[in-house]
Order: sequence, then C-alpha cells, then structure tokens
Amino acid sequence: MTLRAYVISRILLTIPMIFILLTMVFVVIRILPGDPVLAHFEKNVDPALVEEMRVKLGLDKPLWAQYFDYVFGVFRGDLGKSMYDYSPVAEQIFSAFPATLELAISSMIIAALVGIFLGVQASKRYNKPVDHTIRIFGIVTYAIPVFLLGMILQLVFGVGLRWLPVGLRMNPMLAAPQGLSIGALHFSTGLYTIDSLLEGNMFKFVESLRYLFLPSLTLGTVLSGVFIRLTRTNMFETMRLDFVTAARARGLRETTVTYRYALRNAFLPVLTMIGLQFATLLAGAVLTETTFSWPGLGTYVVDRINFRDYTAIQGAVVVFGILVSIVSLVVDLLYAYLDPRIRL
Amino acid sequence: MMGGSSTKKNMFSRLVPLLTSLARRGLAGWFIAIGLIMVIAIVVMTMLAPWISPHDPSAIEMGPPLSPPSSQFPFGTNKLGQDMLSRVISGGGIMIQVALLSVVICMAGGVPIGLLSSYTGGILDRILCLIMDSIYAFPGLVLAIAIALMLGRGVVNMALSIAVVYVPSYFRVIRSQVLSIKEMAYVEAANAIGAKGHTIVSRYILPNVIPSIIVVATVNFADAILTAAGLTFIGLGVSVDIPDWGYDLTVGRTLLTTRVWWVIAFPGIMVVLLALGFTLMGEGLSELWNPRLEQ
Amino acid sequence: MIEQTNAESHLLTVNGLTVEYWTRRGKIRAVENASFTLDRRETLGVVGESGSGKSTLGLSLIKLVPNPGRIITGDISLEGQNIRRMKDEEMRDVRGRRISYVFQDPMTSLNPVEKIKDHFVELIQTHEPKVSKTQALERANQLFRDVGIQEERINDYPHQLSGGMRQRVMIALALALNPSVVIADEPTTALDVIVQAKILDLLNSLKNRYGMALILITHDLSIVLQRSDKIIVMYAGRIVEYASSVNLYSSTQHPYSQGLLKSIPNIELADQKLEAIEGSPPDLLNPPKGCRFWPRCSFAMPECRTEEPPLFETKKNHLVRCYLYKDETNDQ
Repeated sequence: MTLRAYVISRILLTIPMIFILLTMVFVVIRILPGDPVLAHFEKNVDPALVEEMRVKLGLDKPLWAQYFDYVFGVFRGDLGKSMYDYSPVAEQIFSAFPATLELAISSMIIAALVGIFLGVQASKRYNKPVDHTIRIFGIVTYAIPVFLLGMILQLVFGVGLRWLPVGLRMNPMLAAPQGLSIGALHFSTGLYTIDSLLEGNMFKFVESLRYLFLPSLTLGTVLSGVFIRLTRTNMFETMRLDFVTAARARGLRETTVTYRYALRNAFLPVLTMIGLQFATLLAGAVLTETTFSWPGLGTYVVDRINFRDYTAIQGAVVVFGILVSIVSLVVDLLYAYLDPRIRL
Repeated sequence: MMGGSSTKKNMFSRLVPLLTSLARRGLAGWFIAIGLIMVIAIVVMTMLAPWISPHDPSAIEMGPPLSPPSSQFPFGTNKLGQDMLSRVISGGGIMIQVALLSVVICMAGGVPIGLLSSYTGGILDRILCLIMDSIYAFPGLVLAIAIALMLGRGVVNMALSIAVVYVPSYFRVIRSQVLSIKEMAYVEAANAIGAKGHTIVSRYILPNVIPSIIVVATVNFADAILTAAGLTFIGLGVSVDIPDWGYDLTVGRTLLTTRVWWVIAFPGIMVVLLALGFTLMGEGLSELWNPRLEQ
Repeated sequence: MIEQTNAESHLLTVNGLTVEYWTRRGKIRAVENASFTLDRRETLGVVGESGSGKSTLGLSLIKLVPNPGRIITGDISLEGQNIRRMKDEEMRDVRGRRISYVFQDPMTSLNPVEKIKDHFVELIQTHEPKVSKTQALERANQLFRDVGIQEERINDYPHQLSGGMRQRVMIALALALNPSVVIADEPTTALDVIVQAKILDLLNSLKNRYGMALILITHDLSIVLQRSDKIIVMYAGRIVEYASSVNLYSSTQHPYSQGLLKSIPNIELADQKLEAIEGSPPDLLNPPKGCRFWPRCSFAMPECRTEEPPLFETKKNHLVRCYLYKDETNDQ
C-alpha cells in the first residue's frame, strides 16, 4: 500500500473510533443507573435546585437530543458546564492540560530511555545473571502500584534525604514561567520547563525540573518494563541477523554495530509501543498526579469526583479518549513514514 | 470453612511434585512456581486471617497510635491505634474478591463474545472489533473510574468496572487464535462432514485457545489488583470499616511527611507481592507455551 | 605428511585448525585439523556440501565463528602475524581492512535503514579516521566504477537495488581498503546463472589488479575448477583432498572428490548420466568411527572403518586423506 493510501485510510479509521468513544462515555455517565444530576446533590435537596441545574445544563431534554448536543458540542470544543459553578468545562480542562502533557512527555522519555538501555544490555548477555536481573526488574516495576512507588520515592528523596520536593509543580515562592514575550506578543507552551527557558530564567528552569523529576521518574519506571521486554527481544533477534555479522566482518566498532545497525532496525516497534503505551501512561498519570499533587488533568478528575461534578468528569474522560486516539494516529503515521521500506 | 488439616495436607502433597516438575523447566518454570506459591500463600493467609491475626484488625486503640514497629506490634500501629500486622493479614480480602470476580465476569463475557465474533466473521465481527478496539485504546483506569463512579461503591460494582476494561484483552487474544485455527485443515474437514458451528467451536477451537486464555487471565488478575488499588486510592473504594490494603495505602499517604513509613510499607508490600505473584505466573506461562528465543 | 610451513613465506598460513560448536546436545567438530597456505594473486577454492565446515573455516579466519562455536587449536598467520593471539581491537583492525569477507546472501547483508553511501563512509572512516567524508565518497565512487555499478545508486537504500547489484556493493565494500585476502562465501548462490559468471569474473579481475588473494567457498565444484589455483575439498569437517585445480581435475583421488566431479553436468557429453553420491553426510554429533566418508564410499576397506586416515602426499603438493593412497606417499 502506498504511503498516501495508508495515511488516508488510517485517518479515516480514527473517526468511527472517536464516535464510539464518545458514545461509550455518554452511555456510562448518562445512561448507567444513577441520574447524574440527582447524584450530585445531597439526599434531601430542594427539588427546585435540581430542576434549575437540569435546565441550565441542558439535561432536561430528551436523551437523544442530549446525545446530539453532546457530540456536536465536542466537535465545536464545548464540553459542557461544570455542575459546581457552571463554568465551561473546556476552559478548565484546557488550563489543566499542559501540566499533564509535561508529565506525560517526560515520563515517556524516561520510560523509553531506561527501557531501551536496559533492554540492550540484557539482550547482549542472554541468560546470564545480568539478563535475569533486568528481566525481574521489569516484572517487579510493573507489579508495583504507581502511587506506591511514588510514595516510596517521596519518602526517600523528599522526606528522608530532603533533596527533592514531594509535591506541586513549582516552588510556591516563584511565579509560574511566562514564556516568551516580545512587546505585545506572548508565546508560552504551558510546559514550565520550556517556558522558563524561553523566559531566560535559569533558576526557574532548574526549579521546574526539580519538581518534575520525581513524578516523571515514578511514572517512567513503572512504564519501562514494557520497553525493556520489547527491546530485549527485538535486539536479540536483530543482532543475529546477517547484516549485523556482515558489519562486524567489516571491522566496525561494537558500539556502531549495536546502535547504528541493530538498534536502528529494532527501534521501529519501540516507536509503535510508545503509541500503544500512551493510554497506560495517561491512566498512570492520574494516580501520579494525585500522589504528587501535580495540577494536571488527573488531579482535576479526582477533585471533580469529590465535588460529584459529573459533567466535568464526562468532559475530562472524553478528552482522555481523544488524546489517546490522536497520539496513536500520529505514531502510526510516523511509523509509516520512517520505515523506508513502506515509504516508497 | 476449614476442612481440617487433612485437606490441606492433601493439597500440599499434590503441590510439591507440581512445583518440582516446574523447577526443572528453566527460568520460566521458576517464575510460575514462585508466582504460584506467592499467590497461594497470600490467599491462604487471608482465608485464615480470623484465626491467625494477633489482634482484631478493626479494633481501635489497641496501642499508642502511630507507633513504629516493635516487638508488641511488629508492623506498628496506625493513626487509630490499630495493629498493622493484623490489618496486613486481614487486608487482602476485598482485593482478592474484587480481582476474582472481575476476572470471572470478564472471562464469562469476553470469551464467548470473542469466539462468536471471530468464528462468525462478517459485519458483526467488524463492529465488535471496532468497539473492542475503542475500549482497549482507552486508558483503563479512567474508564474504570467513570463506571465505578456511576455504579457506586461495593465489591460487585468495582469488579464490574474493572471487568469492562479488560474484556477487549480476551477478545483480541481469542480472535487472533481463532482466526488462525479456523484456516487449519482439520477445521475445514470438520466443516466438510457437516459438523455444526458450536460443535466445531467447542471441540476444536476452544481447547486450543485455553492456554492463551489462562495467560491472559493471570495478567488480568494482576491488573485487576492494581486497578482496584488505584480506584481505592482515588476514593472510589469499598466501604471503610473492612480492613483493606488499598484503604490503608490511601490513608497512610497523608502521614508520609511525618516519616511514618510503616503504615504504607507493609500493606504496600502485600499488594506488590500479590500482583507480582500473578505477573510471574503470567510471564512464566507465556514463555513456556510460546517460547521465542530458542537458540 | 604436511611440512611445517614457514609462516612467513606465505601470505596466509593455516595450520591444524580445529573448530567446535559446543551445543546443548554435545560438541560438534565443524572443522578438524585443517591446514593450507595462500599467496598473493592466488585463488583458493574450498568445496563441500552444506555442513562440511567450509563456512566455519572461512569465518574462523576472521574469528567470527558464531556462538556457540570456538576455535580449539591451530595457528592462523596473516603476513607472519598470529591471528589467534590477537585481541579484539587488533582483530577489528584486521577485519575489513586486511581480510574481507563477502557473505552469501546480499539481500540480508546490508543495513536496511542506511543508504549505500553511508555503508562506505562508515567503513572507511572507522578504519582510517583521518579520511574526510568527501574523500571517502570519492573512493566509493571509484569502487563503484570498478565493480560496474552506476554512481547514482550510491544514494539508494539496499532494498532499491537488485540482487546482483547488492552483491557488487558487498564486493566493493570488501575491496574498499585494499585487503590482502578476500573471502567470498558462496558469492553466487543467491544469484541467477548469468549474473553468477559476471560476479566471478569480476572477483578474478579485481584480484589480479589489486594483488590480493581470494578464497572462494562454494558447494559448486565446477566454479572453482575453472577459477581457482588450488582447491580444498572438505567433507564432514575434514580436508579430504588438497591440490591444484589442474591436478584435482586430471587426477582426482579421493572417492568423494571423484563423486563430486561426476555429478557436474558436462555439456559435451550428450548421454551423460549424472551420478549422485549415495547416502548423506554424517551426523557430526555422533560421527562414524574411522574415515568419515566410509559409509558412502564404494572403495571402503576394513581399515577405513577403524581409524581415520591421515593426509597422504601423493604428488608434490597433492594431498589426499584416503587409505587407497597410503603406499604412494611422496616422502621428501
């Protein structure tokens, strides 16, 4: 299949999947037992209040009308209004999103780097103690609940050694990084690390890294197991391929053979894996954010649970789903682009 | 409930030869053996909890609150003065129940749907595939949160929400197996002699699919435990008066900054051991039945 | 017997080389007591069936016998230097620069994610760090002319080239640093007949032009009869006959070599019956006692079954491992 045909078909596939996703969320939140509006209020609430909320949120219309409002709303960028204060959910989510993005990217980087490195080391010493140790490490990190690992790291590095902060995203005495400002023009990514660099403020940069480190390490470690296993298997097979022996026969350095020959060929499945793991990453992010009081989407969802703000939760869940769809689309396209065998 | 020490001795006598034969199968065998031992030990401990825990796990003010591990309270006490050792011994019940129930529900739903869909093919298959892919692509915990939120608290509800998330795993595995088996000659032959669909499925396909189902089930168990812990941590757990590791972990979090480590360490270790037990079994079984790196 | 050759008088000297594979099921002697010499501008043909040990022999010359293989004993000397004693770094210098290896299957021997030109630049710069990228590319272009590929192809990826072109690229890579010895392992098996001839001619002319020595490893006796100066016939890991190609053709001595010769189709013999050698190669885990070939040999004698024959020198530089010739030894 040519690249163009693949791209088109892949993009087209995303549309029904997003629809199913939206429908799923709608079914769960609106149709499953429990009227969300009633559930929001305390037991003996004034029925007039309940009715008022229903009207204001458009939840008094028949179900099919609600469904259409909801679906079209999503495409317009309207995720409804919060039950808590009727403010637009989309705005709230939009402001919480960059924090989660920053956490997700840095965790994924750590997971991939640690996973690939350990996987390569394990594949070179097949069935020897180092290999076994690395494999067990991968299995154990998977079995640890991410929040437990987070708490352990908090204990050791935050409370015990006092090297790193245990929560929040930034030193409370500093203002959040603003990004680049040229005259009236303003540009910021929402990622504290990058924004502080754009601002030129090295102190803020270091501080933002300090706060980012433990949460990313936590989430990244738990995710690394998959990458370890994948890299190990792939590298093991690739290193035995002819072109690797041929490369050695030409006298190339072992590091060149490992990285330029073997790993570059074994890498593409790792890329796909990054896409596949994104969903797990987001799930883990919810718990990690809660543990570290990291002000992202995960904390937003948990807070909204406490407020019984069901419309907001619905909006957040939808965003999670759409994020995963987009990321997996991008990864699939990237893979098709990178594999020279598909390209032409 | 307790059938006396004789039934336990019987189980052990059947267990030992199983374990020794496993140990002979290399690293994978060790994984399975150790995993199995861990799981059985924890389940047995939880079942025997009312008899072996030194104190009543729910009784408050057994000792000075927040006291570190000592000879009197080997695992220390928590904020309410409850004995942590007793809580650890008794705390697995909910998690094990939720995990078991969710795996059973998941299998009862996922396996038939998977078999039906892949064997029948056609539009039904394509629609189901699409739905399953959508669920599978979703962040598991988030979906479980949404469902658990709407269903309310309770063991059954939690199990249901976890089960829905994992149905696609069974679906996919079964589907890929069935699709390859369907093409094989002996299935065609059976069709040719007029065997009915459900006979083919139950006689030919199902037995070949069972190993994969078991492997998925072990991973399913481990994930269910971790997800249950996660749901509890967020506050969607089961009621508060039953001793539960997940609950202790949640409560213990607030005490971290005061260096009270024992409130989360011991329940935490138990959760890890339980999940690890299943994960090891899954790894071992998977390597044993699908050996990849043969020289 | 074999004279202890003075290592410095030849380009490449191999003496008593023995290579084993230590597998889970036991030790397999892939090569036993192999000895030969090679000089500049000489082509040595190594002929044998699959499993005869010929590829292992070739790989052991650059110490790349795959796991679980090990070189047990023997000397390998290149221009007087002992290769066996070389450490990894020294060996890396030898590979590609002093001894080159052309692998059997060009489809799988090049890095799929690298352009052809990167293969060259990498190779040249690894061994000669002072060479710039432009200089390396110039050399690559020159090599392309030598092997007969269009210059533009250097920007392609391996999968864009045909099998014959890929093999030429492999040969170009093998020659890039002017090695003394080129080992070609079944260089034409994966190619069609017409291309085969071209590749072999190419190897020959390059050998003469650059003054290298060539080792041709193949299962096809007809190829080496025409194009090599001397030939080693291998069976079950042993050298069973070692002679100049002329002598091997005119007076084939070992029954196995005779069988190989008879199985080559000859276009001039209209009614020729092709004779295959009966039986199959022995299981190297449990080889037969005595001469490895006796189960398939029509001339087998009682002594063949008890003890393995040594190499007898029947004429000058014609050695054969067979009791049939035990009285014809040409002792110096």
